[in-house]
Amino acid sequence: MRELSLHILDIVQNSITAGAETITVEISEDLSANELKITIADNGCGMDEETLARVNGSFASSRTTRKIGMGIALFRAAAELSDGYLTLTSKKGEGTTTTAVFRHDSIDRMPLGDISGTMMLLAAKAHNFDLIYRHIWCGSEFVFSTKDIKEILEGSPIDSPEVLQYIQDYIHENLNELFGGERDEIS
Amino acid sequence: MKSLEELRAIKEKMKASVNNRNENDDKVRIVVGMATCGIAAGARPVMTAFLDEIAKRGLENVAVTQTGCIGMCKLEPLVEVFLPGEEKVTYVKMTPEKAVRVVNDHVVNKNVVTEFTIGSAE
Repeated sequence: MRELSLHILDIVQNSITAGAETITVEISEDLSANELKITIADNGCGMDEETLARVNGSFASSRTTRKIGMGIALFRAAAELSDGYLTLTSKKGEGTTTTAVFRHDSIDRMPLGDISGTMMLLAAKAHNFDLIYRHIWCGSEFVFSTKDIKEILEGSPIDSPEVLQYIQDYIHENLNELFGGERDEIS
Repeated sequence: MKSLEELRAIKEKMKASVNNRNENDDKVRIVVGMATCGIAAGARPVMTAFLDEIAKRGLENVAVTQTGCIGMCKLEPLVEVFLPGEEKVTYVKMTPEKAVRVVNDHVVNKNVVTEFTIGSAE
């Protein structure tokens, strides 16, 4: 993976597979604390302690087609490379929260990358769940929710190319406004 | 701040076109593998290229969807194209540029882009 947003795209698939109804992605950038924190929280089926320990230990997967998974392991490696860490908390029947913390100015921290493209692709799958994306930057925030989109669409498909293109532009423009201009690391 | 108002206009336009369309129209399906392997190999820009090209051409009977690991991670990004009444075509090692060609040649003009298929990769 070359961008943090690709890790987000990957990890949220786990939440979707877990049957979550609400998935919240929060990116919090605190320059004074030199920290970038990504939290992905869902109310899906969760994991028991044994499974959680297995996932924390190595390349694990709940799939039956093969025994290993790499999503969490790669995300953890990315965090640790930039003096950060990854924590995974989960409770059977309640949901799972993945938190990855990065040193903001670390030279090894990947760029955020195409966040609006990532959120657009996740929104395209949001038939049976809602996605909430919150970006906090120096005390201000931008929130995107598929709930608002669905309310306006009144049953028209959220995954039609026109709607998705609109969602991508909408997030991109609002992020630029949040950051006070274009940022190199958000393509 | 960009508001969600424009979305209402898009919805109205969509509703109008849905009413004009024959509901029995067979849909073309484009499926992009979007598991860890696909994402790491570049499936996201491929998927956005498909969506862009379809929106640009105003193709209404094409659905682009995501799936998990298709099973040949070394050939990712993998894309499957289903045309109504025809056999599935699997494209391998896709790029945004190849995606544009698949839409033009295969989806619009019904000519399979043989050199991108799994058959010519192996």
